[in-house]
Amino acid sequence: MITNDLPSPADVAPPRRPLVLPVWVWPLLAAAVVLAMTLIYSGGRGAADIMSAAVTFSALFVIVGLGQMLVITSGPGNVDLSIPAAISLAGAIAMKVMDGSNGMILPGLAAALGAAMVLGVANYLLIRLLRIPPIIATLSSALIVQSIAIAYGRGLKIKPPPAFADFCTGRTLGVSNLALVAAVLTAVVLLVLARTVYGRTLLALGQNQRAARLAGAPVSRARLTTSVVSAGLAGLCGVLLAGFSGGSSLNMGEEYLLASIAVTVIGGTSVAGGRAEPLGIWGAALLLFLIVTMLNTFGLSAGVRLIATGVIIVTVIAIGGGRKAA
Amino acid sequence: MTAASLTTRGPARFDAVRLLRMLLPAIALSLMLAVIFSQQPRAMSYVGLTLLLNLAVPVILATLSQLCIIAINDLDLSIGSFVGLCACIAATLLKDTPLLGVAALVAAVGVYGLVGALVHWRALPSIVVTLGLSFVWTGLAVLILPTPGGRAPEFLTTVMKWKPDWVPLPILYAVILGLGMHLLMRSSVGTILRGAGGNPKALANAGWSLLRARVTLYLMAGMLGALSGLALVGLTTSGDANMALRYTLLSIAGVILGGGEFTGGRVNPIGAVLGAMTLTLAGSFLTFMHIPPDWQIGAQGAILIIVLALRAVLNRAEER
Repeated sequence: MITNDLPSPADVAPPRRPLVLPVWVWPLLAAAVVLAMTLIYSGGRGAADIMSAAVTFSALFVIVGLGQMLVITSGPGNVDLSIPAAISLAGAIAMKVMDGSNGMILPGLAAALGAAMVLGVANYLLIRLLRIPPIIATLSSALIVQSIAIAYGRGLKIKPPPAFADFCTGRTLGVSNLALVAAVLTAVVLLVLARTVYGRTLLALGQNQRAARLAGAPVSRARLTTSVVSAGLAGLCGVLLAGFSGGSSLNMGEEYLLASIAVTVIGGTSVAGGRAEPLGIWGAALLLFLIVTMLNTFGLSAGVRLIATGVIIVTVIAIGGGRKAA
Repeated sequence: MTAASLTTRGPARFDAVRLLRMLLPAIALSLMLAVIFSQQPRAMSYVGLTLLLNLAVPVILATLSQLCIIAINDLDLSIGSFVGLCACIAATLLKDTPLLGVAALVAAVGVYGLVGALVHWRALPSIVVTLGLSFVWTGLAVLILPTPGGRAPEFLTTVMKWKPDWVPLPILYAVILGLGMHLLMRSSVGTILRGAGGNPKALANAGWSLLRARVTLYLMAGMLGALSGLALVGLTTSGDANMALRYTLLSIAGVILGGGEFTGGRVNPIGAVLGAMTLTLAGSFLTFMHIPPDWQIGAQGAILIIVLALRAVLNRAEER
């Protein structure tokens, strides 16, 4: 390779491009490195446990992350701040309607998802009627929904129905059911983004709203769909989380706001909009969980863990992001 | 501001609408105070107003900090945890080893400036960078003060519990902060800073440094955030890493309520101060209306939506 001879035509014929990895591979690689460091430190013990816990917890991040990704993709500065409120409300509604009985699982799921989707429609109406950016609309609605969840869920200590709890904590063919749900949703989102009018419109909208509108793409409908899907996925996450952790709690959605933004952006989705990376969310979610596991294994305190998580998020963005955003 | 001075800017029939839109934050606050006073006339006194608005002072400072960041089209998702960190520093280091405490606060503000430089240099999305920073601030606060506690330095409690003649303290502070920030943003320096958010390209072409503008605004935001932490700890007399997490959303809501916009360097410091006071009052408002405190944050959301709806209506009236 390194010679001063002129290359023969045979060498030139297939132009050698530098190896370009898809964006979503990077967070996955980083997660693998972190996992390796953890295992080296622990002497290989607990590898299977760490892996299965990582996949299960990542699944919940992935589910909300997919919704947040669609919102972020819809344009620069667009973020859904109502995700934690949707999670708390959907979890509380699901537990109350299911009321611990196996027969009510489907009605409970429907009621919770229905409520979340109503929130999505409300968000859209605020954006449309008040002409405010999604971030303000979801901020205002989140405050109200959070209050509803507090008033509605106060003193609510209902265990999930046994069959539902079993499903949420169980596995199929060795893979946790939550991960399977998240995988199916990821596949659907990938397909929708690549193949449907909605998906193409969303990407066009994120790249240039004016151009998308002038091209006659159904922009308003795409915004409505995005709003509803994001709230619906957050609602689903809330129901699954309540089933997984043995009941709903008022602040169970709190950590998912920052997490949903972090996994989306670390996964390679452009904050400026117009470029979505559903697969990257998996790598980023695994990365975030494994970092915390690694720092735990090292025996570091909660404060140091938080600082390290923050520094890693900023570093990943500083190295990978930027430029295109401008 | 009289109607006459407005006529120079546009046709006369738009004046009423524009004036109304400008006064919207003040009207919202007055209405809320009016209802509180009608329910409890004794609140309309020196002591009553001081008690009602005491906790507004740190919120106002956090809101003005957010305003600096929004002026340059960025958003700070870390202000709540930063205020918490500064409160923890004040309740521990500043109390026990004042020099170290001051150094820590100065360093924290310096990091804000560095973040501004980083955001500018790599053209990074501020939302994500400040999101990561919020973990760092909370982590540092937990390291400094693992469990809620500590004690406020005496000078801070003195400053926050001072009883000036005639004017209740929170109102005095609100006026000073609102006017000060208003004059600063209207000054020649402030115009450059807002211009960096309004039309960065034009500003850069005119030979101004966008980097310097961004770093200046981030430093200002850091200073106001640190002051917010100090004010908060002066009122509560002890610290906790998570004590101000609500401030992040509250400060954004305050800026927007006050008439600020996310793009174009359009900010309104006086409106933001009024917005912060309105949001702080929402809690007491419910108590006076005999509504359970569960709905406090809901009321804040409702106020925000109502004001934004009125503004949308006024905007449409103006377009016609």
